[in-house]
Amino acid sequence: MLSEFAFVGVLIVFASLLPIAGLGFAWLVRPKKPNPIKKSTYECGLETIGGTWVQFRAQYYIFALMFVVFDVEAVFLLPWAVAYDQLPAYALIEAVIFIAILALALVYAWRKDALRWS
Amino acid sequence: MLTNQMVQILVFVILTIMTLGGGLGVVSSRNLFHSALFLVLSLVGVVGYYALLDAGFLAVVQLLIYVGAIAVLILFAIMLSRGLMARRQHQRNEQWWIAALVVLLVFVVLLVVLGQVDWPVADEQALLSPNVSVGQLGQVLLGPYMIPFEVISVLLLAALVGAIILARET
Amino acid sequence: MEATISWLTTLIPQLPVPTARLIVYVVYSAILAFAAPVVLVVAYTYMERKVLARLQDRIGPNRAGPLGILQGLADAVKMLTKEDITPAKADRIVFNLAPMLAVVAAVLVFAVLPVAPGVIGTDLKVGILYVVAIGGLGELAALMAGWSSNNKFALIGAFRTVAQLVSYEIPIVLAIITVVLASGSMQLGAIVAAQDVPFLFTLPVAFLIFFVASIAEIGRCPFDLLEAESEIVAGFHTEYSGMKFAMFFIGEYMHLFSAAGIATALFLGGWRGPGAGEASILGVLLGFVYFLAKTTLLVFVMMWVRGTLFRIRIDHLLDFGWKFLVPVALFLLVAVAFVLKVPVLNSPTFRWLGMLAANGVVILVSLALVVLAARHSRSAALRGVAGVDG
Repeated sequence: MLSEFAFVGVLIVFASLLPIAGLGFAWLVRPKKPNPIKKSTYECGLETIGGTWVQFRAQYYIFALMFVVFDVEAVFLLPWAVAYDQLPAYALIEAVIFIAILALALVYAWRKDALRWS
Repeated sequence: MLTNQMVQILVFVILTIMTLGGGLGVVSSRNLFHSALFLVLSLVGVVGYYALLDAGFLAVVQLLIYVGAIAVLILFAIMLSRGLMARRQHQRNEQWWIAALVVLLVFVVLLVVLGQVDWPVADEQALLSPNVSVGQLGQVLLGPYMIPFEVISVLLLAALVGAIILARET
Repeated sequence: MEATISWLTTLIPQLPVPTARLIVYVVYSAILAFAAPVVLVVAYTYMERKVLARLQDRIGPNRAGPLGILQGLADAVKMLTKEDITPAKADRIVFNLAPMLAVVAAVLVFAVLPVAPGVIGTDLKVGILYVVAIGGLGELAALMAGWSSNNKFALIGAFRTVAQLVSYEIPIVLAIITVVLASGSMQLGAIVAAQDVPFLFTLPVAFLIFFVASIAEIGRCPFDLLEAESEIVAGFHTEYSGMKFAMFFIGEYMHLFSAAGIATALFLGGWRGPGAGEASILGVLLGFVYFLAKTTLLVFVMMWVRGTLFRIRIDHLLDFGWKFLVPVALFLLVAVAFVLKVPVLNSPTFRWLGMLAANGVVILVSLALVVLAARHSRSAALRGVAGVDG
C-alpha cells in the first residue's frame, strides 16, 4: 500500500538537488574576492545608521491575520464543495450562512479601516 | 530489494528527526528567528506524518494553514517586534532539572499506560477504499456536524473582531 | 503513471512492479527537477524579452546566436560566474537556505500537473489544494530572504511581498473552490476529465479572478511593485547576487509556468483536444502538445499584460485584492452553488448554461456596485471641493 505522496517524496529529493547542484557549480566557477566594501549592507551607496529594524506597523500583521481567518474558511468550504453534488438542498443554505458570517467579518474589517495600507 | 515496509520506516525515522529535532531547536536556539524556523521544520514533519498515514487532506491543510498562515503570522510578529541581531537571548530557566524530571516521569507513565491499551488497528482494506475521502468528510460536516460547522464561522468572526480591536488600540 | 509502469514491466518482464514504479518516479522526477526548469526558463525568458520588445516597438535580443536564441545561455553563464557577495552581517544559514526553498517550492508544484493524458506525477486526491499550500512555502522563502539580508530595504520588501502574496491567495482559493463545485473533485485529473466544455466558458469570472490573482501571486507587472528597481531596489532579494539571485529568478519563471499550467488544467481543459487520449502513444503526445500550447498561450497573455499595463501602487493593490476580488469571489461561489442546486437543471447542458448565467449575474451586479461606489466617492470629493470654495 503505497501512499499517493510517494512521488512527492521522490520529487523533494530531486528538487533539493537542483539548487545544490546549481550553487555548487557556481561555487566552483565564480571568483571569490571579498573585501569589506563589497560585504557592507546595501543602502544606495550610503552607510547604514543604527541597527536594522522596522517601525512596528500593525497593518502588516492585520493582513496576515485576515489571511488566516479566510484561509481556514476556505479549508472548511472545500469538503462542502467536493461533496456538494451528493448533498441535499439545505447544504446550500448552510454554506450561505457560513459564508455570510465571514463576509460580515470582511465588512467589519473594511469599515474599521483595518484594510487600509497607508 | 527495498520493501515498502522498510521505506515507510525510513521515512518515519526521518520525519521523527525533523519533528523532534525541530521542537528541540525551538527551545534551545539563541536566535528568535531561528526558533521560529525550527518550529516550521517541526510543522513540516507533522505534514509528513499525515502524508505517511494517507490522510492527504489533513497533510495539505496542515501545510496550508500551519506553515503557510500561522507560521507566517508568528514570523511577522517576531520580525516586527525586535531588531535583527537583538541581544542573543539565552533561554534559561534555573529549575530546568525539576522540569526534566517531571517530563521524564510523565513520559514513563504514558508509555506504560499506552502500552497496556488494546488499540484497534484499522483494517488495511478499509483504508484503501475510496470512501475515506474528502467527499465523505464534506457529507459528515454538513450533515450530523452542521452546528459545529456554523459555530466555526462565528468563532472565526470573533477572533478577527477581537484581533482588530486589539490592533486598533496600538 | 500506471500506464507507463505497466509498459515498462511488459518491456522488461523480470522487473517487479514496485521497482518499475520507482524507476518511473525517479526518471520523471529527474526530468521535472532538472530538465524542465532549464528548458522552461531559457525558453520563456527569451520569449518574454522578444514579446516585450515587440510590444515596445523594438527588436529584443538579436546578438547572441541566430535571432538571439542563445541569449538565455549567455545569461546563465553570466549568473554562474558572478561573484557571490554575502553581506557581512547577514545570517549565513538562512541567507543560503532561502533561495533553495524558493526553487524547491517552485518545482514541487509540477508533481500534480497533468501534462498529458496519463502523465501526472501523482494524481493526489487533494491535488489543487496541494498547489495552493506549496505557494505558502514561497512566502516563507521571501520572509527568510528579507530577514537574513540584514538590510532595511530587503526587510520592508519582504513584508510587502508577503502582504501581497497573502492578499491574493484568498481569491485564488475561492476561485478554485468554485471549480471544485463544478467538477466535484479536487483531483486535477478528475477536473480535466470533467471539462467536456472547458470551464473558461462556463465559469469565466472564476477564470478571470484566478488569472489576475495568479499574476499577483507570481509578482509580475502590473503587480511587481516589489521588484521594480525604481521603487524598492530589488525588494527582498536586494542583497543576493550571482547564482542565488538566479535561483529566485528561476523560481519566478517556473512559478509563471506552473500558474499557467494550473489555469490550463482548471479552465482550459488541460490536455484535452481532438485526438488526445490515453489510447495510444500518439494520443498522449497530442495531449502533451495541446497542454503546452494552451499553457504557452496563457503565458503569452501574462507577458502581454506586463507590457501593456502600468504598475499598481501597494495600497491600490491590497484594496483591489481584499475589497474587490474577495467579495466578487464569494458572490460567485454562492451564485454557482445556488445554480447547481436548482432542481430543473439536471442535464449537463443546462448545468453549464446555468453556471454561465450565474457568472453573468455576478459580473453585472459587481460592475453596477463598483460604478455606484465610484460615483458616490466622486460626488463626495466634488462636494468637498465645492464646500472649500463656496
